[in-house]
This record gives sequence, C-alpha cells and structure tokens, in this order.
Amino acid sequence: MTEAAQDQALRVDGLWKIFGARADKIIGTPDAELGRAELKERTGCVAAVKDVSFTVAPGEVFVVMGLSGSGKSTLVRCLTRLIEPTAGTVVLDGQDITSASEARLRDLRRHKVSMVFQHFGLLPHRQVVDNVAYGLEVRGVKKTERRARAQELVDLVGLTGYEHSYPDQLSGGMQQRVGLARALANDPAILLFDEPFSALDPLIRRDMQDEVVRLQAELQKTAVFITHDLNEALKLGDRILIMRDGEVVQVGTPAEIVAQPADAYVRDFVSDVPRSHVLTLEYVMRPPEPTDSLEGPVMDPDVVVRQAARAALSSAHPVQVVRDGELVGIVDDDAILRVVVAEESVPA
Amino acid sequence: MTATLERPPASAPAPPEAPRTRGPVPRWAWLLGILAAWIVASWIGHGKATLYLPGQGSTDVHEWFTQLKRDLIASRDDNLLMQAVGAVSDLFGGAVEQLQRFVSVDAYPRPVPQIGWLGVLGIAGWVALAVAGWKHAVGTVAALATVGLLGYWNDGMDTLVVTFVSVAICLLIGLPVAVLMGNSRRAYALITPVLDVMQTFPSFVYLAPATLFFGLGAPVAVAVTVVYAVPPVIRVATEGIRGVSETTVEATTSLGQTPWQRLTKVQLPMARRTIIVGVNLTTMAALSMSVIAGFVNSPGLGKPVLRALTAGTNQVGVAFTAGLAIVVIAIMLDRVTTAASERSEVLARSGGTDRRTRWIVLGVAAIAAGVCVVLSRRSLSLADFPDTGVGDTVADAMQRATDWTTDTFSGLTTWLQETTTTLFINPLQDLIASSPWFVTGTALLLVALVLGGRVAALTTLVCLAGIRLTDLWYDAMVTFTSVLVATVFVMVLAALVGVPMARRRMVDRVLRPVLDAAQVMPAFVYLIPVLALFGPGRFTAIVAAVIYAAPVAIKLVADGVKQVSATTVEAATAAGSTPWQLITKVQLPMARSHLVLAANQGLLYVLSMVVIGGLVGGGGLGYDVVLGFSRSEYFGKGLVAGATIVLLGIMVDRVTRRAAARRTTSPSVRSALVIGRSSGLARRGPLV
Amino acid sequence: MKPTRVSALTGSLATLALVLSACGGGDIEKETEANESQAAETGDCGELNMAVNPWVGFEADAYVVGHVAQEELGCSVTYKDLKEEVSWQGFGSGEVDVVIEDWGHPDLEKQYFEDQGGDGSAMDAGPTGNVGIIGWYVPPWMAEEYPDITDWNNLNKYADLFETPESDGKGQFLGADPSYVQFDEAIVNNLDLDFKVVFSGSEAASIAAFEKAEKDKTPLIGYFYEPQWFMSEVPLVKVSLPEYTDGCQDDAKAVACDYPETELKKIVSTSFMESDSPAVGLIESFQWTNDDQNLVAKYISEDGMSAEDAAAKWVDENPDQVEAWLNAG
Ligand SMILES: Nc1ncnc2c1ncn2[C@@H]1O[C@H](COP(=O)(O)OP(=O)(O)O)[C@@H](O)[C@H]1O
Ligand SMILES: [Mg+2]
Repeated sequence: MTEAAQDQALRVDGLWKIFGARADKIIGTPDAELGRAELKERTGCVAAVKDVSFTVAPGEVFVVMGLSGSGKSTLVRCLTRLIEPTAGTVVLDGQDITSASEARLRDLRRHKVSMVFQHFGLLPHRQVVDNVAYGLEVRGVKKTERRARAQELVDLVGLTGYEHSYPDQLSGGMQQRVGLARALANDPAILLFDEPFSALDPLIRRDMQDEVVRLQAELQKTAVFITHDLNEALKLGDRILIMRDGEVVQVGTPAEIVAQPADAYVRDFVSDVPRSHVLTLEYVMRPPEPTDSLEGPVMDPDVVVRQAARAALSSAHPVQVVRDGELVGIVDDDAILRVVVAEESVPA
Repeated sequence: MTATLERPPASAPAPPEAPRTRGPVPRWAWLLGILAAWIVASWIGHGKATLYLPGQGSTDVHEWFTQLKRDLIASRDDNLLMQAVGAVSDLFGGAVEQLQRFVSVDAYPRPVPQIGWLGVLGIAGWVALAVAGWKHAVGTVAALATVGLLGYWNDGMDTLVVTFVSVAICLLIGLPVAVLMGNSRRAYALITPVLDVMQTFPSFVYLAPATLFFGLGAPVAVAVTVVYAVPPVIRVATEGIRGVSETTVEATTSLGQTPWQRLTKVQLPMARRTIIVGVNLTTMAALSMSVIAGFVNSPGLGKPVLRALTAGTNQVGVAFTAGLAIVVIAIMLDRVTTAASERSEVLARSGGTDRRTRWIVLGVAAIAAGVCVVLSRRSLSLADFPDTGVGDTVADAMQRATDWTTDTFSGLTTWLQETTTTLFINPLQDLIASSPWFVTGTALLLVALVLGGRVAALTTLVCLAGIRLTDLWYDAMVTFTSVLVATVFVMVLAALVGVPMARRRMVDRVLRPVLDAAQVMPAFVYLIPVLALFGPGRFTAIVAAVIYAAPVAIKLVADGVKQVSATTVEAATAAGSTPWQLITKVQLPMARSHLVLAANQGLLYVLSMVVIGGLVGGGGLGYDVVLGFSRSEYFGKGLVAGATIVLLGIMVDRVTRRAAARRTTSPSVRSALVIGRSSGLARRGPLV
Repeated sequence: MKPTRVSALTGSLATLALVLSACGGGDIEKETEANESQAAETGDCGELNMAVNPWVGFEADAYVVGHVAQEELGCSVTYKDLKEEVSWQGFGSGEVDVVIEDWGHPDLEKQYFEDQGGDGSAMDAGPTGNVGIIGWYVPPWMAEEYPDITDWNNLNKYADLFETPESDGKGQFLGADPSYVQFDEAIVNNLDLDFKVVFSGSEAASIAAFEKAEKDKTPLIGYFYEPQWFMSEVPLVKVSLPEYTDGCQDDAKAVACDYPETELKKIVSTSFMESDSPAVGLIESFQWTNDDQNLVAKYISEDGMSAEDAAAKWVDENPDQVEAWLNAG
C-alpha cells in the first residue's frame, strides 16, 4: 500500500459530484444508477461526475477527455475542492483532500497543486509580473523575492519584455502563458489544466502545446490535463481517461485507446485520428512464428508505427519486436502499410 | 476582462422584424375587450363600493399604527433601542458639527470657521485635481465660487458637510452589505426587496418619527439621508462584485487565497470602477435629500429653498437662487465622481515617469492649497465670502421672470388646467377610482395578465390585496390615475424632445445641460410658480411630476434613438423614406426597448413625486402622507399611505418590466432590462 | 518612483510648516482675542432653542423674542426650522425650549402636557396676545360683487359659481394645509351645503389660490385665518357660519358651527421653564397684537427683509414694549 502510494501522485476513488438540492441523498439509492436525463427529470439534480476512479503516477501527464458537458471541468475542480465533491476521496501527494480543513486545503493549493484555466482568469488590474506572483503573494512571500521569482517564470514561458504589461494588452496566447507562469510560480508538484488552449487560435494552440511539451520535458511535473480535442490528448497524454455523461468510459494509453476503443463512443472519437501517429508496434504485431526471419530491425513495442515505418519498409525483413530481450512479436510490411496507407481498422 | 478577445460585431443591422406568431386573439384586442367590459361595469356600479374615505377620516388600521407610535414615544426613555440609536445619532451630529466648525460655522471664539472660503477652494481644488484632473479642479473651484457668489457660501458648505458625512456612512454600511450580497445569493434575494422599499418609501412618512430617535438637525438629516442614499451604492457595488469574472475568482482561489484576500485583492479592485459609479449615484441621492432634511432643521441649502413654501410668491426668486446653488453643487459632484471613476484605471496604470510628474504636480498644488488655507485663516475678507450682490440680482431677475410669466399666461394656464382635467383626468378617475373596487381590481389584474403574463398578474394581485388592506383604496386609485396621466405626458414630451435631440447634435448639446439641471433642481423651487399658474389641484401635481420625470425619460429616448445603427438609417433613407417615415417606422420602433425603459423610469419618477403633489392639491395618497407628517393623530394614515405608494410602485414597475421583457426578442435589450432592474429604482436627482 | 513621492510630500509639508510658523497676527486673530475677553465679561444666559414653525407670523414672533433675548439678556439663541409636530417632540430631549405661537393642538397636548395625561415634557406659558380667527373666507372682489355671500345661508345659492373640474359637479371648498385642525368636511355635510372639500395641501397652495382668485376675479371659498401677512396683501373676507358655542366642536363628525376665536399661546418645555434662565421671564411676559405681528411679517414677506433684520427693526421702533416685557419678568 505504501509502495503503491509512492507511485501515485494522485489517487481518485469513487468520486461523485451531483449538482442540486439534497444531492447527497441520492448516492447509494437506485436513483444514482439512472442516466443523467432521467435523474434530472426525477430529482432536478445533475450528476456531473459519477463514480470516477483513477490514479496518476508522478511525472505522468494524465489527460481527461470528453465532449462538452461530460463533466471534465467539474472533475478537475473536485480535485482541489474548488467544487465540493458529493462523495468519494481524492488523495493528493499522500494527503486526503476530501477531509482536509480549509486551512490545510489552502496550504495544499499554495504549495502542491496549481491550475491553468480555459479563460485565463488573470487579474486585469495587475501587471504580468504581479499576476504571476499572485500565488506567492497570498502565501506571504516578500515583494522583492516574489517579483524575482515571477521574473524567472516570465522568462521561462517566453514573455520577457512584457512583465509590466497589463493582461488586456496581450494576445490570448500570451495571456495563457501568463496563466501558465502563474501556475508554475508556486513550484507545485501537480499541475491541473482545464482546456487551457481551447480559446486560442489553432496555430497558437499548437505553439502552446509544444510549449507544454517543452516545459514538461524540462520540469517533469505531474499533470492532469483536460481537453475535448483528441489530437491534443494524444499529443500530450501519457494516459487518457475518456468521460461521457460524468462516467469513465475508458482509461488507457493513447495507443490502447486507438487500438482498442471500449465502445462505439470512443470509436467514434478516434475514427479521425491518423492512426500511424498513435499506434505502437505492440498493436500491429503478430506473434512470432518459427519461420520468421530474424534479420530484420529490432524495435521496442512502444515505438509508434510512423517512426518504425521507414526502417521497416526499407528492410527486406520484417521488424522484430523485442521487449526486455525477448521477442514478443513480428511486424511485416503489410501490417505497417495497413496502418499508414489504408488507415483501416486493425483486427483486434 | 480580455480586450484582445474578439468581440462579436457591435450592432449588426437588425433584420426586418419577422412577423411574430401570436395566439389567435391579438393582445390589443384583449385589452380593448377588458376596457369595454370595465367601462360597462363601471357605469353600472358608478360610485358604489369605491371605499372612499374623507380627507380627514381614518380607520382602525390607521389608528392602530398611530397608537403604536404613541407607545414608542411613551417608552422612549427606557427603551434600549432608543438609547443605542441616541449614541449613534450623537456620533452623526458630532461629525457634522466638527466639520461645520471647519468650513461653515464660526469656530468660537474665532469670528469665522477654521478654514475660510479661500482655503476651502484650495483644498477642494486640490482634491479634484488628485482624483479627477486639471479640468475638474478648475470646474470645482468655479462651482464653489459660484455658490459663494450666489450668497450661499455657508449654507452650501453645510450641505456639502451633511452630504459628505452621509455618503461616508453610506459607504461604511453599503460596501460590507454589497460584499455580502455579492458573495451570497441568499443575502442578495433577502436584501434586494428591502432596498426597493427604502428607495420608494416616501421619506415624509418617517421624517417625523425619525426625529424621535435621532433628534433634530444634522443627526436626523444624516439618518434619513443614509436610508435614502445607501441603496444605490449597495446595488451598484453588488453588481460590480457579482460581475467580477467567475474564472478569475476561481483561478485566484486555486492559488490558495483566503476569503479576505479574495475580497481585497480580487473582487474590490476589479469592481472599483463600478463601485465609484455607485458612489456617484449615492452622492447625488444624498444631495437631493438635503432639501427634504430642511424640514427637520438640517443645516444647508434646504432651508432657503423651503422658504419659498412659507414666505409665499415673493420669495420664489430667493428659493430659485438657493436651488441654483444646489444644482451647481450637484453638477460639480457628478462630474468629479464620474471623472474619478474613469480616471481610476488610467491612474492605476500610469507608468513611472507619469507617476513622478503627477506626484510633483500634486505636491506643488498641495503647497498652493496650504498657502490658501493659511491666508484664509488670517484675513477676514479671505475667510468670510464677500457679499457681492450677485445672488440678489439673480433672485430679483428670477422673481421678475416668474411674476411676468404668471401674470401673462394666467388665463391660458387656467384654460389648460380646466380642459385637461375635464377631458383626461376626470373620465379616467371615474373609471379607475369611482368604479366599485372589485371591478377596478379585476380589470387591473386582467390588464397585468395580458401585458405581463402570469407572474406580473400575481405581483399585481399581491399589491392590490395589500392596497385593499390599507383602507386607502380610493386614494390609491386617485393617485394611480394621476400617475398614469402624468406618465403619458412624460412620454409624449420624451418623444417630442428626445427624437430631435438624437437627430441633431446641436439640439442635444444645448438641451442636455438644461435637462441635467432640471433633474437636480429641487421641486420645491418651481412648486410655487406652478401653483400660481394653475392653482391647487391634481393638474398642478401632474405638472410638477412631469417637470421632474421628463428629463430622465427624454434622455433615455434620445439615447435609444441615437443608438439605432447608422447602417439601418442609411438603408431606410436610401429606400426613400421621408424624415417622418424614418422616425416613425425605423428609429422609434427600433428604440423600443429604450422607450419601454423610459416609460418604466417615467412611471417611477412620477410616483416619487406623489407626496409633493399632495402639497399642491394633488389629493390621494400624497395628501394622506402630508397629513400624517403634519398631524400626529394621523401618523398611522400617513404610514400606510406611504406603504401604499410602495405597493403601487412595485406593481407598475414589475408589470412594465415583464411586458417589456415579453415583447423583446433581442438579447441585448433583455440584458438592458436586467440592468434596468438592478438600478431601476436607483433614481438620481431630487425626490420626495 | 518612491523616493520622488516621499521627497515631494516632505517638500510640500516642510513649506507648509514654514508658512504656518510665519503666520500670526491678522485681523481674525484680533477678533478672536476680543471674543475671548468678551466671553469672560458678559453674564451668561445660556442657550435658548426657538422652534420656528413654517409660517411668517411665527417667524415674526420667534425672531423678535429671540432678538431681545440675545441682545438684552445675552442668550445664545438657536432657531430651528421645524413643523409643529416635530417641534413638540423636541421638548422632551431638550432640543426645543420654546414654541412661540401655538394655534391649538389637542392631540399634542394630550401627549405632552402632564395635566392631560401626557409625559409632562411641555407646558403652556400663556397667551401671545394674538387672536387667531379661523374660518371660511372669500376674496374681496366676491364680497363686493355678491354682498350676501358672507352669510353661510346663501352659500348654496352660489354653489355653482365655485364649481371646478376638481369638485365633482358641486361647489369647491378649498380645504387647508393639513397641519391645521379643521372640520370643513363635517361642516359642509352637516349644514347640507352643496360643496365638496378639496384640500390645497399646504399653506403656500392656499395662498397661491386666493392670490390668483383675486387677481383673475375667479370665485373661490376656503379655509383661512388671521393673523397672516397675506391678509394685508389681499384682505380676505370672512363668511359667517353658525356661531361657535362651547362644545360644538367636540364631536368631530357632528361639527356644524364656526371655528372659535383662538387665543394663540406659547408652549415651552418644562425643563426650560424650571431652569433659572433669565429668558424664562421674557417668554412668559411676551405679548403683542395682531397688528404688531402683521407689521413684522410684512417686513419679511413683502419687503424681503431677513427675519433677523425685520425683528431688529421692530424692536428698535418699539423700545417701550420691549422694556415692559423685560421688566415684567
Ligand atoms: N454549478 C452547476 N450547477 C448545476 N449544474 C452544473 C454546474 N456546473 C456544471 N453543471 C453541469 O454539469 C455537467 C458537467 O459540466 P462540466 O463539468 O462543465 O462539463 P465539461 O467541462 O466537460 O464541459 C453539465 O451538464 C453542466 O450543465
Ligand atoms: Mg469545461
């Protein structure tokens, strides 16, 4: 258990959030089993998050994805009790959030978790540095000290020269960089993102995604990242949780999700994805047979198909997929081509 | 706020009105039907069950409240509440007195106040410079000097002192309440109706009892002023706090701020501009109470204004001059606070060098102001405002002008009064007040249902039931009639004047200051000339109400018509519309939401003049309130009459709003109405 | 930024201090010293709080008495502009010492006079010498044109003359300012007069109406009274009602007689009366005639003098009378 806890930056168990009067009376009754529409009909309450459980490992980027209204924002706010969960537990960095006192909770927010918001949520009456320094300010860091720290972060997110601008003088992308810097200023162990780039133009969005990838490589934070954009999820996520109507539909690595969608909802989601960018060899290989040539290139099962394609196709021999020194599968040209060219469904 | 975010195009030319799908019977047909039935029923039951009560009559309900007051007086020495209030009122009085000794009352043994007029000008100029900039500093000095020239330096200072103390207390009370309401839905729902009542309840009703609690003069003046003036700042500041972006609050909370930090570092700074707007409204409301407070010996300009009422037609010029001083002060305070709200952002952002120059300028100006203060403490002529005779000249001129007007137009005005009363007021009053009460009640209920839907009808039902219980049904209906007639006049005026204002910049530029002045000129000033022209009666009350309510409605209509997109006007002109067609077919219909808002505000403003109307023969509830104020044995009647006015106000307000909301499809208009709701009762200018 | 701010402020403060320290002397300083030494000399009568009810006749009384108290007795007099009801409330708290002209307020007396079961905070200080004549009046032109109109028996004959759009097809009777005790609705009723009482709402409105009626020669009948400065401008003519007899106004609903002649009286706060202020004697002995009051009222309302100036002028012109008040005490 303690070892498991070591591996978990965040653990969520049976989390519920039902909006409405006397919402806490619903859980445990048959009503809780109802779909969202029926529940609303019968009780007037909305079940935004229903019995969600998952864990996030340190340094992992965990993506939560779902259509608008599926409960993502509610879920991520329950993690730090910006929204009070109706039931369930959240353990963050080894501490039970759900039972923490106000003061304890504030302390956690000040030191352990930070959040980046879709609509930035900057203070319009403060300059960029003072926005970035806000978290330090509320926990009582001295002015010179917090300004120096804020300046470092302004530099880190590439806003050098704008530290004395006001938010409304910046473009959307730049404002979100401020939001990012503000979240990082507390040096949190965990970062939460709620659709941080949805309000941005596509080009800027891509920049910002790259920025996150860069920072993640540099800082190695644990992150929970909300998005409704599958490409973003696939690009950033180590693992993805797919939500529908408040419930978990599937949790898995990007490749798992693309390769083995749990149901039609997920399949629909992933149908447009360029599979070669996501699928790993693990999902296209077949079991080795004694007759297979052993001269082809050797690769890890986690290699993405697209990366493997050139080497695989240029070799006359099929690729050998080797995990921990053991041959676990074979990928021949056909398998690659099926993914890259035809983009058709992979036999499970 | 994120200004870089793209906004939707400001006002896309609206598509031509799509034919709305209506029920089988159009609304107007329903209304006509109701009216016809009402007329028939009224004719059958004319004069029966009207619940008429003689002017000097009263009922058990009224007696009960009168007795309540008597008991309160009897117990005043051993009543704990009274003693607590006494302590508070000493505080108010003390604050005013201290300030008075600084600027308006001889600081004995000094033969003059601590600071003479020159010093006051210096300080006022400096403050205006600091909060509002050069232009306003000059304007402020000019305005105060004008007050002095008019001969009302000391009274003007007294008015300012009482206003400032009241506003300070309003902020002390109002801001915490606004914070509470901004953060708690329940508090919002509970307090909002209280604010409605505070603003619509005629102060005449509680003026006399308030003296029991607060004593005479400044303390009671401050107390009643606070009651009347605190709602605007609460409302507006609450809107400001509620308007603070949800995400920003959430984002900053996620960083671990305490509720106090949220308030002081996020909500208040972000709502600052709105809060200053609220301060502006509260200041204007406080100022307008200064005249009413003259009835309980408040120091200030109220006394000379009220003299017009006691000393007769010969003193109209004098009252006008005092009223003019109030207008000057009001416009000064309005401009400075408005500019302050606009500048607060700019100031907060000004960079290093700007800031440095600013501090240097302010430092130098402070020295200048200090020198003024010192000089004004030494020389009598710089302390006592010199008597220039300007005030007398103005008063004489005004007196001659009113005398000439009343002499010249007397015949015409009598004819006008008689015709209007016979043609409009009497038939309408016959229908509304002289029908059996249940006929009128049912008719009003049905009208509310057709115009405003079920919710409006329910509100109407509750209000009418309340009115029935006060035993003042007949008087309420007399008042209601006058209010309706006055509102029609107001709207006609609003269209006649507002449209040209919107179409011609020149007209606007000339008229707007006049309207501003008319809005803050105390009604008592023009009451006597209006009386001299028309004699006492309902028509005179209506004229006074129209003078008071028209400026607001005119401005609203002008703004509405002006707002009609230029593209639409261009398109209509290109299609060959005559100016008349343009006005009637394009501009007025498209400004409909503003027209509705103007009508709503017009109604409420007119209603707030009901008590003043009672002073000039308007009868109805106004007379009852004045009676209650004047004679202790009728206190109860005055009290319930005041409550009845509030009920009428709530009724007309909710029905017009509902009607307006139902008829509009455009979201922008809907939101205008919602905003109107939040500040709908937030009147500016003089009142009753 | 910061150093500049500080230096600018200290700079200005330093200059201010310099100027202040250099100051001294000046004409105000001298007067202050004079005041201080004077305060030490004169005997102190203390404060005298005079209510000023809102009509000019009252103002005349109040300022004349106040002027004498201030100049002759050295009282520091405060005038408080208040309606009757509010003035009486002030007796208990010591905020009002004197209401110098009272036209009779049975309800207030019940509340504040000890002998009538009230809290005892107020008491009667005797008549002012003025006699209030309340009644029904018409403008002079009407009395001339219709001489018999001054008898109530003929009123119905002329009722349609008085018809206005306000009066429901009957003759209009202009009821008074609500402050006054009035029985006109009952009188009209009980005398079977074909009139309807329409209330003017204020004294100002009544005066405006009578003024207009005389100027335009339009008919008008209404409640009025003297002494009242307006009477010297437009001498209204009284209409006689059935004569007043004791008790005929006891039942408000059954009144069918004229108003009694009212001795106007002075009401004072009990605590003031029990004090040893020299002003007590002055208030008790103050008496004058309707003509006296009308003269001062005329100075104020027609000649446009301030109440203080008008009072001073009258006091100067009538030293004997003033002397009598002072000596009686
Ligand atoms: N404060 C609230 N009160 C009631 N219902 C809410 C509230 N906030 C969110 N909901 C509902 O909960 C559901 C999930 O919302 P949300 O978490 O915002 O979804 P997402 O972020 O995935 O778009 C939606 O149906 C929404 O209408
Ligand atoms: Mg969301």
